Amino acid sequence: MAEKLEVKELAEVAVRFSGDSGDGMQLAGNIFSTVSATVGNSISTFPDYPADIRAPQGSLTGVSGFQVHIGAEMVYTPGDKCDVLVAMNAAALKTQYKYAKPGASIIIDTDSFQAADLKKAAFATEDYLGEMGIDPDRVIACPITTMVKDCLADSGMDVKAMLKCRNMFALGLVCWLFDRDLNIAFNFLKEKFAKKPGVAEANIKVIQAGYDYGHNTHSSVANVYRIETKNKVPGRYMDITGNKATAYGFIAAAEKAGLKLYLGSYPITPATDVLHELSKHKSLGVTTVQCEDEIAGCASAVGASFAGALGVTSTSGPGICLKSEAMNLAVIMELPLVVLDVQRGGPATGLPTKSEQTDLLQALFGRNGESPMPVIAATSPTDCFDAAYTAAKMALEHMTPVILMTDAYVANGSAAFKLPNLAEYPAINPPYVPEELKGSWTPYLRNPETGVRYWAVPGREGFQHILGGLEKDNKTGAISTDPENHDLMTHLRQEKIDKIQVPDLEVLGDKNDADLLIVGFGGTYGHLHAAMDELRAQGKKVALAHFKFINPLPKNTAAVLSKYKKVVVAEQNMGQLAAWLRMKVDNFTPEQFNQVKGQPFVVSELVEAFNEIINK
Amino acid sequence: MSFTVQDYKKGQPRWCPGCGDHFFLASLHKAMAEIGVEPWNNAVISGIGCSSRLPHYMATYGMNTIHGRAAAIATGCKVANPDLTVWQVSGDGDGLAIGGNHFIHANRRNINLNMILLNNRIYGLTKGQYSPTSPRGFVSKSSPYGTVEDPFRPAELCFGARGHFFARAVATDAAGTVDILKAAYNHKGAAVCEILQNCVIFNNGTHDAVYSKEGRAKNAIYVEHGKPLIFGENREFGLMQEGFGLKIVKIGENGVTEKDILIHDAHCEDNTLQLKLALMGNGDGFPVALGVIRDVDAPTYDDSVTAQIEEVKATKKYHNFAELLETNDIWEVK
Repeated sequence: MAEKLEVKELAEVAVRFSGDSGDGMQLAGNIFSTVSATVGNSISTFPDYPADIRAPQGSLTGVSGFQVHIGAEMVYTPGDKCDVLVAMNAAALKTQYKYAKPGASIIIDTDSFQAADLKKAAFATEDYLGEMGIDPDRVIACPITTMVKDCLADSGMDVKAMLKCRNMFALGLVCWLFDRDLNIAFNFLKEKFAKKPGVAEANIKVIQAGYDYGHNTHSSVANVYRIETKNKVPGRYMDITGNKATAYGFIAAAEKAGLKLYLGSYPITPATDVLHELSKHKSLGVTTVQCEDEIAGCASAVGASFAGALGVTSTSGPGICLKSEAMNLAVIMELPLVVLDVQRGGPATGLPTKSEQTDLLQALFGRNGESPMPVIAATSPTDCFDAAYTAAKMALEHMTPVILMTDAYVANGSAAFKLPNLAEYPAINPPYVPEELKGSWTPYLRNPETGVRYWAVPGREGFQHILGGLEKDNKTGAISTDPENHDLMTHLRQEKIDKIQVPDLEVLGDKNDADLLIVGFGGTYGHLHAAMDELRAQGKKVALAHFKFINPLPKNTAAVLSKYKKVVVAEQNMGQLAAWLRMKVDNFTPEQFNQVKGQPFVVSELVEAFNEIINK
Repeated sequence: MSFTVQDYKKGQPRWCPGCGDHFFLASLHKAMAEIGVEPWNNAVISGIGCSSRLPHYMATYGMNTIHGRAAAIATGCKVANPDLTVWQVSGDGDGLAIGGNHFIHANRRNINLNMILLNNRIYGLTKGQYSPTSPRGFVSKSSPYGTVEDPFRPAELCFGARGHFFARAVATDAAGTVDILKAAYNHKGAAVCEILQNCVIFNNGTHDAVYSKEGRAKNAIYVEHGKPLIFGENREFGLMQEGFGLKIVKIGENGVTEKDILIHDAHCEDNTLQLKLALMGNGDGFPVALGVIRDVDAPTYDDSVTAQIEEVKATKKYHNFAELLETNDIWEVK
């Protein structure tokens, strides 16, 4: 039989693990991505959780998926559709098959396709493959549950504990399919379950059984895949989600600035993991307060900043509305503050676990009065680290609240993260008021070059002052309703933000002769990049300019946008970035690609839409 | 280093002549000088309203923030920098209406804040609307036919939120105010001081029964921990327990002697009798209780946060960002 086996060398492959929320699909996916990353493959992952807390077992609403995209060269997205779908039960096959490419291999646990399972998954007959039009030759149908029980029969474990290892059997099969070195997986498990060696041992046994099963019965499989590694960047890596990278960025910035990190927050999906992550790291002196509401989360962070800490608040969805009042207080008091907005589907409660880019105009304008705030949007899970670091640096050095935007896709997605060396990151120097100004200093005295006021932290003798939400006199710092002064202060607050230096907008691809410039911001970077690559592979002249710094805009924005004949602004909203750019760049009339599905862009759809624009 | 009242004073207050805020401000200056914390180690944080202008007249660090959020902002300030002495100043609208949520949670968490509630039972800055402490039927610009809702009684909110300190003073009573401010400072944890004060423009006379010294002699009782609850112009009355409630007795009548009078216990964990004292008012024939009504030790949030950080620092092996990275599953690409 072995001679029938075709070994396919692929540039990239996507595997989707799916099952009940409790089936451990994320762990299986994580181990697979780590094993692949260890040999130098590029990885990108994305979990797709159900919104229900714990839907009934085997039900259609309870299916959770975890997609891993691995590539010989850089992969930018978790992949539109998968090459291998693991479906641990009938409901998973029913709901996840739509994410499989035509011709994809499908691994199922036949033990979870019994009459009752099929009924829960709303299959009409027992011929579930036929019902879905799946070619049985592409299916690795394996009684995973039975085999796991057999494999662990002598372990002394109870059945419930045994069944928790089903995910490892599927993982073993997938590792065989991709010719992965199991030792890396074994080491991962030994470390993960260092305190429970019995659990590690059982899991290892089951992975091996899954691998052996594939090896012994591969007649049912048409292809075995190999992903070689090209363009390795040597170094030490870890897997990181966007939310974790964001938390790490704040920790790194606080350490660099020599300040206490304070997070005021309120639980809200999908931002909560940042609160979870930061709450763990008390040994670094991180202070987290789970507040009574979103308002207090932001307000207490302003209080913490006043007291001399790096104040941060995190939220999603409707939470950002509630924070706008206290954000404005930080604007007028000119105190550092980072507001993290992990965007999700809206309006109102909207789609709490899904991803959108629909808060951009709110971030830019959603406050009363003239209220300029820098806005930074992270472009990938790993970029969340740099974006968070930069947001904190900007807030501290320019004495301003900064909005850091991510989204559910970037926040929950993960990728290999090259361990950063903090020594190589730029210094963070808050503008503490110089001692020699004692006696003559007033709160709104500014550095003439940057327009930034000085920071006097309570506890310093001779710099007592009052800040507040009422307009202040530019010179004395006393409350003022003087019309000329208010006009001046409004201008000064605006100029301070406008003067912030941000890196130039980079153009990727056919930067000199593109027929189409793709423009996006934040979390869509990977998909837009992949779409550009695909178009260029088709022979089209295409470039990409992706915004991370949205306010202030990079200095070369107008030059870049007016250089190309056709420009398309692609975003997961109704055209908010396009509106902002039209406001800022004269005569800018871009094409638009707007999709608000709560799901990441699909590269093939982007390619189709962009081709249409090119051919127009 | 010692300080005088002058060291805490700044600027010229712009409240209406006769406003209770003037009296309170003077008492706060005096209390701070007696407490002796350096002006630069005090932060006075208010919300919005007439009384929230107060930080402008303090030579300390201060913030006159946004409506209702003073307690939340003060929370962040204290937790981030526990070395500061933080005074949070709000009116009844600021503290109990728009800021009600922050008020109760600051008490529940027991943040070490001195929480001043300047209660004139009216919105003054917006020119005369009823507040959450205005009595039922109160006629104001926004209730021309009288309100149809019951007011909050601040002590009840504080106790309901598991507050550990509650004291009350009348703004015009400088000695009484200074006493409770010092007690609030000495209490570790959220310390609510309700200041009964008059609004001469929109709610003149609201606390008339106790606003003058003579009035207080008749209509108030100064409570002091460990002392019998005696009051009256000639200290002729006392409080005794009766059933689930309190009763007023005349000492020397019906065989009642001073020994029979209830002794005030501000340190009692159970707040039942403290609440009875706090809720006494003129309408029911009882005197208004002034002084420290409840003062019970409990772990403070800010101390506990600091202690937990120290505890975790001692047990965890990573103490900087580079060490944090090493706690992850790491692989090497060669």
